[in-house]
Amino acid sequence: MNNPNVSIGRSQESILATNKVLKNTYVLLSITLIFSAITAFIGMQMQIGQGLALISTFGAIGILWFVLPRTANSTAGIPTIFAFTGLIGLGMAPMLNMYLAVNPSVVSTALGGTGVIFLGLSGYALTTRKDFSFMGGFLMVGLIVVLVAALANIFLQMPVMGLVVSGAIVMLMSGLILYETSSIIHGGETNYIMATASLFLSIINLFQALLHLLSAFGGDD
Amino acid sequence: MDWLKIGSAVLLIAMIVFMWPRMKHAVANAPKGTMKDWMGYIVPMAAVVGFIILLINMV
Repeated sequence: MNNPNVSIGRSQESILATNKVLKNTYVLLSITLIFSAITAFIGMQMQIGQGLALISTFGAIGILWFVLPRTANSTAGIPTIFAFTGLIGLGMAPMLNMYLAVNPSVVSTALGGTGVIFLGLSGYALTTRKDFSFMGGFLMVGLIVVLVAALANIFLQMPVMGLVVSGAIVMLMSGLILYETSSIIHGGETNYIMATASLFLSIINLFQALLHLLSAFGGDD
Repeated sequence: MDWLKIGSAVLLIAMIVFMWPRMKHAVANAPKGTMKDWMGYIVPMAAVVGFIILLINMV
């Protein structure tokens, strides 16, 4: 016969484990965002060029794909995620310098807007406790379509297409924030380092896309 | 064409190649959402769009 006390005990254990992953993810996400801002600031002060920024982004993506999955379950995962987020921050330096030179208020508005969207969507996923796992296929197909469009636009150089891509990135990254937060709540993601990497990337991509949209519609692009 | 464009294109192609199997896996295995589920996504997205329009008007 089933013992209800055992079931309640397991359920409480599961809730505690989920809350621990959630708490650790948000703590690590906050620290890595600050660290990334510091490396971006250093890169901006050093006036690093587009070439070094691209190499830095290549390095970050390499760490994300090949190093982080192997280290995420050990203590080595912490320095790895700092290396990844630090390189991403450094890679953003020339872009931030360019936007700040044209219109500094766009950068602060995009930063604030990204913060509000992230907190709003996380709050929505946490309070409603909806399961967004059904969006997995849709989000992945959307990401592939956006990557192909961005690739085509490198050669086509169409400003309107660039804006459409940025708009789609905002929608997809917002969806990914809901998806990842829901995945942590429902026990799909149990590794806070991987959860942090995923949310960090969503926030950074959201910020860059928002920066592009605000700059374009503000008449400075 | 300068090498920065080539580098960016290589990065995007690498991302597409890397994500392709994951996309196929996600499409095959993700649960199907009901209309109610999709409304739970559309409503916050509409709020995000509204907020961005507000931000654009502020800049």
